[in-house]
Amino acid sequence: MDNILEVKDLNISFHTFSGEVQAIRGVNFELKKGETLAIVGESGSGKSVTTKAIMRLLPPQNSEIKSGEILFDGNDLAHLSEKKMQKVRGKDISLIFQDPMTSLNPTIKVGKQIMEPIIKHQNASKSEAKKRALELLSMVGIPNPEQRFDQYPHQFSGGMRQRVVIAIALACNPKVLIADEPTTALDVTIQAQILELMKELQKKIDTSIIFITHDLGVVANVADRVAVMYAGKIVEIGTVDEIFYNPKHPYTWGLISSMPSLDSTEEALYAIPGTPPNLLHPPVGDAFAPRNEYAMQIDLEEQPPMFKVSDTHYAATWLLHPDAPKVDPPAAVVKRMKQFQAGQEGQ
Amino acid sequence: MAKEDMKISKDKFAPAILDASLSEALGKPSLNFWQDSWLRIRKNKAALVSIVVMLLVIILAFVGPLISGHGTNDQNLKRTNLPAKIPALENVSWLPFDGTTVRNDGTVVDVYEQKNIDEYFWFGTDSLGRDLFTRVAKGIQISLYIAFLAALLDMVIGVTYGAISGYFGGRLDSMMQRVIEVISGIPNLVVVILMILVFKPGIMSITIALAITGWTTMARVVRAQVLKLKEQEYVLASRTLGNSHSKIIFKHLLPNLAGVIIINTMFTIPNAIFFEAFLSFIGLGLQSPLASLGTLIDDGFKTLRLYPHLMIFPAVFISIIMICFNMIADGIRDALDPKMRD
Amino acid sequence: MARYITKRFIYMLITLFVIASLTFFLMKLIPGTPFSAAGKLSPDQLQIMKDKYGLDQPVAVQYAQYIGGLFKGDLGISFQFNNVPVTQLLIERIQPSLQLGFQAIFFGTIIGIVLGVISALRQNTWVDYGATFIAVLGKSIPNFVFAGVMQYYIGVKLGWLPVLFWKGWDYTIMPTIALAMFPIAITARFMRTEMIDVLGSDYITLAKAKGASSLEVAFKHGLRNALIPVITVLGPLAVSLMTGSLVIEQIFAIPGIGEQFVKSITVNDYSVIMGTTLLFSFMFVVIILVVDILYGVIDPRIRLSGGKK
Repeated sequence: MDNILEVKDLNISFHTFSGEVQAIRGVNFELKKGETLAIVGESGSGKSVTTKAIMRLLPPQNSEIKSGEILFDGNDLAHLSEKKMQKVRGKDISLIFQDPMTSLNPTIKVGKQIMEPIIKHQNASKSEAKKRALELLSMVGIPNPEQRFDQYPHQFSGGMRQRVVIAIALACNPKVLIADEPTTALDVTIQAQILELMKELQKKIDTSIIFITHDLGVVANVADRVAVMYAGKIVEIGTVDEIFYNPKHPYTWGLISSMPSLDSTEEALYAIPGTPPNLLHPPVGDAFAPRNEYAMQIDLEEQPPMFKVSDTHYAATWLLHPDAPKVDPPAAVVKRMKQFQAGQEGQ
Repeated sequence: MAKEDMKISKDKFAPAILDASLSEALGKPSLNFWQDSWLRIRKNKAALVSIVVMLLVIILAFVGPLISGHGTNDQNLKRTNLPAKIPALENVSWLPFDGTTVRNDGTVVDVYEQKNIDEYFWFGTDSLGRDLFTRVAKGIQISLYIAFLAALLDMVIGVTYGAISGYFGGRLDSMMQRVIEVISGIPNLVVVILMILVFKPGIMSITIALAITGWTTMARVVRAQVLKLKEQEYVLASRTLGNSHSKIIFKHLLPNLAGVIIINTMFTIPNAIFFEAFLSFIGLGLQSPLASLGTLIDDGFKTLRLYPHLMIFPAVFISIIMICFNMIADGIRDALDPKMRD
Repeated sequence: MARYITKRFIYMLITLFVIASLTFFLMKLIPGTPFSAAGKLSPDQLQIMKDKYGLDQPVAVQYAQYIGGLFKGDLGISFQFNNVPVTQLLIERIQPSLQLGFQAIFFGTIIGIVLGVISALRQNTWVDYGATFIAVLGKSIPNFVFAGVMQYYIGVKLGWLPVLFWKGWDYTIMPTIALAMFPIAITARFMRTEMIDVLGSDYITLAKAKGASSLEVAFKHGLRNALIPVITVLGPLAVSLMTGSLVIEQIFAIPGIGEQFVKSITVNDYSVIMGTTLLFSFMFVVIILVVDILYGVIDPRIRLSGGKK
């Protein structure tokens, strides 16, 4: 499969009152045509910053792409002019936000907001754009599109608004769709509907999706591949199966152990101890070391490189170094892995 | 991507000795609300400068009349309408403090020499020969009194009214709100003028007028905040523990209201100062021979073409006071509540 | 919405009634009659005058007559201007006051909005600091100081503009500027905050994500949303202009209502004071009501859910 998007050694800093915050520290990944890549990690790990950087939507006043490339369609988006970037946004790459309550303009009619990218990128006339917008509205499952077209966002429920946002994102059949926690703010039942809708639409228009979430349950449901981010770096990347059945990074272990499950018998849910490092002064060694019960001397001194596990699976932990002691994942993870496996076979 | 073939000594793979506190270490020391606010205000240079300037103005207002050697009402027709003259500064040619005046035909005259006066009048004298510096200082005192009064009324009447209305709610609240609606439906200029008609112009009528109208905004803001705060869990918790109303109000509500109250008070002050000056300017405020910045400007305005200094000095001071209070208010608001800008 | 407006309208009438009554009774408390100031009238003459103006009747009767007259638009007759009906006096003088007020609020808010938007789009640049500086001055320097200084330097010293009176458009420039300083300052600050707030919101980022240019985003998506809250300051601004017009009309000798009002207070001309007070209060409550309704009409969230609160 071809790579549609390649991010190479991306470094991004924010300039704040207290100094330079290194939010993204050397991120590498690629997105293949038609696949869904999930990026997981806790708040502040740099998930959203990475995707905003791809769209070049970071605030220009205080953020800076220090180095790296974002290759898309033969262009390096990291260094594309604002004018050219405007032609990419909404047409080739589009975005879905976390909170549908705030992502629509409250004073513009919903229909008009959908028509906007169509008129902009496809040189459509108003009536053509309206026709397409109505199609989109029914495609994302909004009943009575004709009537809904002339309504304002506040007349829609949260789930319906997110459908509108999806309609806007898909208006120009983008090659890449970035979904930044698109279901976090929604009710659980609505979440499932939206996820279904996204999967269905992905097949229909053959787009690649970058799916940002901190919910591993959602990841298992939608993703082909998973990238785990921690403190501005990708610490493990692989296919869904590899990440869930054969995780290598202690942080991934922690994430998996802290996932609640229906049949869990443990009294307490596991929580990774400690807090993420302050990226104002990133640690010298592995950023996860202070919270890692398997930490070794070298973790405190040097950052681990990406070790290859398989052709598709890489992890950045010194535990994979040939000289490192063999460490098995904690019991909780092993148990989870078995549950996943059982679930898989049971289907 | 993979760089496995690095040479690393084996002992590096021994388990690390982790300091448990390390994983919980926070990036910066935790500050309480007031420390944090103070830090932010210190970063705001405009506000800091304004505080310093304001302190100087306050000192001038109270020390000035003592060191000028002249009373507010020392009339002397032999020394009328003198221009400003300050020792030392009189030699700086571009400053207007050399006791000279430029006639219409362009000739420069040393009025002090002409009138044979050895004394220095720092801001000059008015048409009755009174020392303008002393009068301006007295006028600043009036402005400061008004500022203090407005703040006091805001804090006492406004906060109490708003807190009671919001805290007890129900019928009492809606009744108190109707009263506020009517009071604030009357333009406060009208109230002031009516007061002045009844009580005669003077500091008393202005005080009463401010007492009637000055606190409504504060009452509304405090009420809204109290309505919001009293639904918070910690207030409910305190109530379930059987604490009295006054204890809840003073222990839980007021400390959380402090920010809003201070911000609002700071914004009331320049408005009140302006209002007094405005009334005095149109002749409804302080009456002669008392001096307020407003009356001084009014007097100066009448002879602006001949003796501009009579208007310029009080005008400059009221502008400085207003600018300082506004800047301090802005600074305090930004420091206490960064989200509530403008 | 209709219910809301009705409710507000009733409140408005109550407020006006309270003001009218308050004004009347406070007037009665004032020591002296308008004629005692003159001092030249003999007791007989004074009696004739009192009879003529109904000052000898019981207060209750006077009050009833007064309130009854209000409904017919009768505000009584002026003592100082030989029995001219107050209503007529006000009508004669309202034109300059209204024109001045409208010009000040019109130019004031437009300039303020432009300054505010520029500040927000060029945040923390010298343009922003410049606009902030203007706003601080406009908010701080009393309008009568500003008017006086402007009159002296531009009118007298430079002779660019007429110093006094109200005889043509060039006479209106300086009073308008003096009166507009405050609205400029307030709207500029308010607009800046609102605009920065709106530009930081998710829907603006989404609009950019659709491929809209920065200017398009600022004006198509940002401006409208930032403008709506600005309407709320229009009410208080209009009211501050009424106050401001008193001094500005005096300084520039403009034959408006404000100038007449100040004069009437000094000669105890009850009916004119009461009439003007009522007119001010009436304009005040109407403006506040109109602004609130306008706010509802422009913001679809309020318009369609039927009234706020």
